[in-house]
Amino acid sequence: MIALTDVTKTYAGGVTALAGVSLTIGRGELVGIVGPSGSGKSTMLNVLGTLDRPTSGSVRIDGYDVGALSDAELSALRAARIGFVFQQFHLAAATSAWDNVADGLLYCGLGLRERRRRAAAVLRRVGLGHRLHHAPHELSGGERQRVAIARAVAGDPGLLLADEPTGALDSVTSEGIMRLLRELHEAGTTVVIITHEREIADGLPRQVRMRDGRIVSDSGAPAHGVPSAGEPVGAP
Amino acid sequence: MTVDVRAPELPRVQGPLRPARLRPRDVVKVGSVGLRTRPLRAFLSALGIAIGIAAMVAVVGISASSQAGLDRTLAALGTNLLTASPGSTMTGGQAQLPDTAEQMAARIGPVTSVSALGKVPDAKVYRTAKIPQAETGGLSAYAARTGLRATTGATLASGTWLNEATGRYPATVLGATAAERLGIGRAGADTQVLIGGRLFTVVGILAPAPLAPELDTAALVGWPVAQEELGFDGHPTTLYVRAEDADVEDVQAVLGSTANPEAPNEVEVSRPSDALAAKKAAGEAFTGLLLGLGAVALLVGGVGVANTMVISALERRAEIGLRRSLGATRGQIRTQFLAESLLLSALGGVGGAVLGIAVTAGYALYQDWPVTVPPWAAAGGVGATLVIGAVAGLYPAVRASRLSPTEALAA
Repeated sequence: MIALTDVTKTYAGGVTALAGVSLTIGRGELVGIVGPSGSGKSTMLNVLGTLDRPTSGSVRIDGYDVGALSDAELSALRAARIGFVFQQFHLAAATSAWDNVADGLLYCGLGLRERRRRAAAVLRRVGLGHRLHHAPHELSGGERQRVAIARAVAGDPGLLLADEPTGALDSVTSEGIMRLLRELHEAGTTVVIITHEREIADGLPRQVRMRDGRIVSDSGAPAHGVPSAGEPVGAP
Repeated sequence: MTVDVRAPELPRVQGPLRPARLRPRDVVKVGSVGLRTRPLRAFLSALGIAIGIAAMVAVVGISASSQAGLDRTLAALGTNLLTASPGSTMTGGQAQLPDTAEQMAARIGPVTSVSALGKVPDAKVYRTAKIPQAETGGLSAYAARTGLRATTGATLASGTWLNEATGRYPATVLGATAAERLGIGRAGADTQVLIGGRLFTVVGILAPAPLAPELDTAALVGWPVAQEELGFDGHPTTLYVRAEDADVEDVQAVLGSTANPEAPNEVEVSRPSDALAAKKAAGEAFTGLLLGLGAVALLVGGVGVANTMVISALERRAEIGLRRSLGATRGQIRTQFLAESLLLSALGGVGGAVLGIAVTAGYALYQDWPVTVPPWAAAGGVGATLVIGAVAGLYPAVRASRLSPTEALAA
């Protein structure tokens, strides 16, 4: 699913965020990328999500060589195969949960009716069937993150990238969000969680620890078989 | 670590990646996000555009309505009225029309009616003898033929017109302005004015006569009484001629030499409807100036939209980043902001056109003109706003689309 080879990322001004990272994540894995702030894990997420291009090295996502794709092709790749979950949720204010999720499908080329149908289905799947018409300010933090997760997986992406998904939530709510991410993983989605919290990472089958732009440890791909025919989340 | 890219297991086409196109309906939907979330700002920046368009549509509409009003007046009055009056002699003195001018003019083939007005020199008009001599009010006494009213198309506001009988007695018909200046509202047997030192009974008051404006400030008396009582010499000072519509220009060409065969150059022939149209044309220059002011307002409105869009693009960086992470291409971000700018100005344009039409309608109804707004003015106004919206939105849209997704998300 993901293959990074000798990836470096140096920002203007000479800050090196990634200093030669190689990492392979198989289809259907659940991986935590852990490290203190400044370890390069956010840059890692941007590179994994094709939001940023590496300075050198190669990145392959779902079989595509990211370096060889144009900006429009990368956009299409993100639209179809990558879902993002952010610490700050990034939900549109004064817009219902339903529309937030439906609008997330805008760039998949679906009609309005189909977008809304899928959005309602995926919101029910994350346990928010009773909150379809609520705006973000009427939802709790955990519910907001569920809406954001629903938006990320509504397009049935093969890869779900979560950047500190529990960073703005209390521990009980965090528990629920992690359970939801694990369920999505069990349904066949490759899930990569970026976090600085060890407790979160410790519960994951594979942990990649980072420091100063390098991978310092990798617990390795787990032995269990990759769920190949699992029903993708959000599919009808 | 080995590079291991497994074959995709999900039944997806591993072909070239092509971003999905946004449907027109979705473009409108994303373009209106900013308007829906910040309605007051959208309203205010659309208002700038609306004022400009309203000004331009109203200026064009009022001008067109005034033209339509004039056309209607002319259609009612007819454009086949000609006047002939004495000009100057070769030596610079005041020329005269011969006594026979009326009969001569009547002999021109296509002429349907002829009438005459003769200014009575030195006969001033006063309400009473107590008014100081100098306060003439700009009014003059004229001898009028009984056919004058029919020929000029003047109508009576009150009372009756002069006839063969009243024309021999001290009776007068006042023009609209004259009656107003003298403070006379209605004609009546007990209403008298002083003309040339003699009391005349006001038997009638005329309504304003657009084709013969000299009647408005006149006190009209019968031809015989003017000669007997006021020392009128009997020479007409204005000849009114109605001709067949098709032959008006031919009659105009020969009227001077017919009215005064001995000195045709001393006759000034004019067509009052032309004078009205010329006055109207002079107003056009003013219309041009107002249009220019409207254009400036429109330009300022356009700058307002550009400003709103720049701020909007700055404020909504996180939204732009999110949309990019959801798979929006640069082009789609650009389209979104351009669509928003276009919607904003189209809103202003349509609102402005409606406002302009309303102002035109109000003013035209107040002036009793037919309401006329040229379709090209309304359509052109809305079209112009779209151009302004596109120009104003281009830079912010390009700027928004150039934003790197990671920077936008970090904002």
